[in-house]
Amino acid sequence: MTGWRRWRRAACLALLLTCISATARGQQLPLIADASNYRVNITTGFTGTDVVYFGAKSGPGDIVVVVRGPNFNYSVRRKQRVAGIWINTDKVSFGDVPSFYAVASSSPLDELLPRNLRMQQGIGLDTFSLPTLGKERETDIDAFRAALLRIKQQAGLYESEVGKVKILSDWLFSTKVHFPANVPTGAYTVAVMLVRDHDVVGAQTVQLVVSKSGADATVFEMAHIQSAAYGLVAIVGALLAGWAAHLVFRMF
Amino acid sequence: MQIYLPIAEISLNVFLLLGIGGAVGFLSGMFGVGGGFLLTPILIFIGVPPAIAVATQANQVVGSSVSGVLAHWSRDNVDFKMGFVLLAGGFIGSTVGVVVFGLLRRIGQIDLVINLAYVILLTAIGALMLFESLRAILRLRRRAAPHKLHQHTWIHGLPLKMRFRRSRLYISALLPLTLGFLIGVLAAIMGVGGAFLMVPAMIYLLGMPTRIVVGTSLFQTIFVTANVTFLQAVQNQTVDVILAFVLLVGGVIGAQVGGRVGARLPAEQLRVLMAVLVLGLGIRLSYELVATPPDLYSIVIRGSGE
Repeated sequence: MTGWRRWRRAACLALLLTCISATARGQQLPLIADASNYRVNITTGFTGTDVVYFGAKSGPGDIVVVVRGPNFNYSVRRKQRVAGIWINTDKVSFGDVPSFYAVASSSPLDELLPRNLRMQQGIGLDTFSLPTLGKERETDIDAFRAALLRIKQQAGLYESEVGKVKILSDWLFSTKVHFPANVPTGAYTVAVMLVRDHDVVGAQTVQLVVSKSGADATVFEMAHIQSAAYGLVAIVGALLAGWAAHLVFRMF
Repeated sequence: MQIYLPIAEISLNVFLLLGIGGAVGFLSGMFGVGGGFLLTPILIFIGVPPAIAVATQANQVVGSSVSGVLAHWSRDNVDFKMGFVLLAGGFIGSTVGVVVFGLLRRIGQIDLVINLAYVILLTAIGALMLFESLRAILRLRRRAAPHKLHQHTWIHGLPLKMRFRRSRLYISALLPLTLGFLIGVLAAIMGVGGAFLMVPAMIYLLGMPTRIVVGTSLFQTIFVTANVTFLQAVQNQTVDVILAFVLLVGGVIGAQVGGRVGARLPAEQLRVLMAVLVLGLGIRLSYELVATPPDLYSIVIRGSGE
């Protein structure tokens, strides 16, 4: 983290503290939260990044932070050995699957909240219902569902970390969420919740946008929106590069 | 230094990519082959999705063929009439190929087909090259008996005869059309220029003079791979220009160096080495098909990239 960012974070915190003490007298805010960044830019040198979520809470309780990426429909394929060769044979599609999901908490989730409440709010990896899209031929859909969760976890796109939210002097908290190099792009929502006596007593949402930026964004957008122009540019670029190489090497 | 490839959506080391491009370019310059059939499997090994490796490779071949054809053109070694007939077949073939490619991608079998195609191709080419070069080494010691230059077969009875002055040929246009078509399909599905098939077919099947074969083959390769690049970009969005450009830079430099080094080394012994390398790559890829994969399951976002 750069010095400037650190300074900005400190300034934010100071501002927050003033806000809290000011509002605490008037109406009681259960918690107030903010982020070190509202935007993750995927640039040419992108190898992943961390975003810090921090804030202050009034009174006792634990903090749960849930980060959710945009939902997509996913197909899970399974290979089988056919005539000695491994071939994709079975497929099951699931709807409304978060492309990214991270949950961090200051205590184990099942100690904090009853299961039905967690299911209802989508807190924890074990609360994903993952409905199939339409009728499926396969009978062992649970195996495909488990594979989807496992592959997402292996790719670092589904994280569940207990104790990662640090609580300082009983009312300040902070946690660091890691976004790996392969983070999906789109609009994210980050819910910061205060949990007391097995209930969510306060929550605040922070928005986050993950997008490609710079030359990469231009290339990606052009490839998908103006495909024909992109194809022509690719060809002309290659032709020019080849011609340039011919000219350069003729000199030797 | 990592470089993020916007279409492949992975980060790779730029020097690794330049090195790969350079090494394959070096080999292709040394042996006078396109190198596409080496580059695609290597890209797949380092984690580029096969569909993107193939389409990007086609784009890279456009560039490397231009620098090659210009050199041949300046020596007047291109039969343009033959080139255009091959090209007509190549356009149809590559268009059909890209459509088939998109279809296979939707049903989730494109990676398998690309792998299978490469296994067959690399093993066949490697074995043929090994056989040829070993025989050539032996022939250097024993002088081979001279054989007839032109043999009359059913091929010469085909209709639509056409005169190709530059190649000194009077043959049916159906022959180069069909040949172009087949190479076009290969170009679309494997991302290769197809010179390794085109050149022997032009010499032995069409009977073209060896001198103008490479230039003419390169000439049609430019247009066929350009067609593949365009159609892949429009239909499948699988062309990564950043990756193509990095590979191209490494490739053209490597090819120039390779060409110069190759001219000073014993050609036949080098061919044996090349054959062993190609064969090894083929065997490695076939192992991939047969060995139990680490994960039987794979996921893909529906509608984009199936």
